[in-house]
Amino acid sequence: MANMKVLVVEDSPTMRQLIVFALKRIRGLQIVEANDGVGGLKKLSAEKFELILTDINMPIMDGLKLVSLIRNDPQYKDVPVVVITTEGAQEDRDRALALGANEYITKPIQTAKIIEVVRRLLDVSG
Amino acid sequence: MSERDETTGATQRAEEFLQVFKRGAEFTQDLLKENERLRYQVLKLEQSAGQTGPGRDLDHLQDRITVLESEKREILDRIKAIEQENQDYDNRYSEIEAENNLLANLYISSYQLHSTLDISEIIRIIQEILLNLVGVEQFSIMLLDETRQQLRPLVVEGADPNLVASVRVGEGVIGTIVQTGERRLLKPEGSADVFSAPSAVIPLVVGPDVIGVINIYKLLQQKESFSDIDEELFNLLGAHAATAIFTAMLHLERGSRPVFHDSFFVRMAKTLG
Repeated sequence: MANMKVLVVEDSPTMRQLIVFALKRIRGLQIVEANDGVGGLKKLSAEKFELILTDINMPIMDGLKLVSLIRNDPQYKDVPVVVITTEGAQEDRDRALALGANEYITKPIQTAKIIEVVRRLLDVSG
Repeated sequence: MSERDETTGATQRAEEFLQVFKRGAEFTQDLLKENERLRYQVLKLEQSAGQTGPGRDLDHLQDRITVLESEKREILDRIKAIEQENQDYDNRYSEIEAENNLLANLYISSYQLHSTLDISEIIRIIQEILLNLVGVEQFSIMLLDETRQQLRPLVVEGADPNLVASVRVGEGVIGTIVQTGERRLLKPEGSADVFSAPSAVIPLVVGPDVIGVINIYKLLQQKESFSDIDEELFNLLGAHAATAIFTAMLHLERGSRPVFHDSFFVRMAKTLG
């Protein structure tokens, strides 16, 4: 499988490390990290990604704004976006999906769930 | 005609009759033999027909059906065994995934807790672990004020801080846990006295001393009870969060004084022999 780039946008170092830890189990993925929405946008303008995984609650620029900007960018309008939400935040989840996110994962996060969703969206089995 | 001629004629007729009779007898003998031969032939044919006829074919087919049914049973048994094997592999895979998830959670929590000596950063990491890995909505972290012998709330998350009061050592559920060092872990039921008797109280232990507690008041919506991973994370927090807080406090108190100076090396040399 050719290398596929995944962008992880998450302000919490603990969560970011857990997500990256899970994604490393999928062969052929190159993982790039960003601390918030602004950092994520910088990475998106510098490189091409096959999937974006972002938290919703972040300082400076939240995940909803990031999803909205991604979907308005012709380069990324078809790239799968996964949002991470807390279990009670139904409104955020609905808004993210309405803005064009493909999938959501709720906290507390299960590494198996991350792997399953990313494999499915990237259509990889390894 | 003379008498002699008459006698001769009678003799000839008698002989002719005898010849005819003999031929008749021989013919009868031949008929009997032929009859016997034919009866034997019929018997043989009947026997032969008994061995290869429709009845024999039916027996043969029934035997074949029995063999095929037996083979079918064996194949079905094999399929069942393979299905069971697949189910076992599936279960094992799920178990390994759960173990992997547990190890990932423990590794990352431990890594993060010991990645800094900044007390506020450590408190933030504990909050993250409780919020994002366990799924706690309301909790507090209390530290032991040794001079006053009471637990004082340091952080209250998701709840009104006024509801979380200081607790004297030895008093109530929380105060008793500081003395015993035994963790409390009950199914969260949202009782009215949740702030004085939380569903989970995790003592923060450094060596023989309890330096504080983590009180869990409420879990996130849809999380009904604590899982095995949560219990392992509480075990980790009880030991590692306590050590991290304690070390950070020592680091804070040390200020800019050097740690690795002459007396340290002399002491270490004696200790290590």
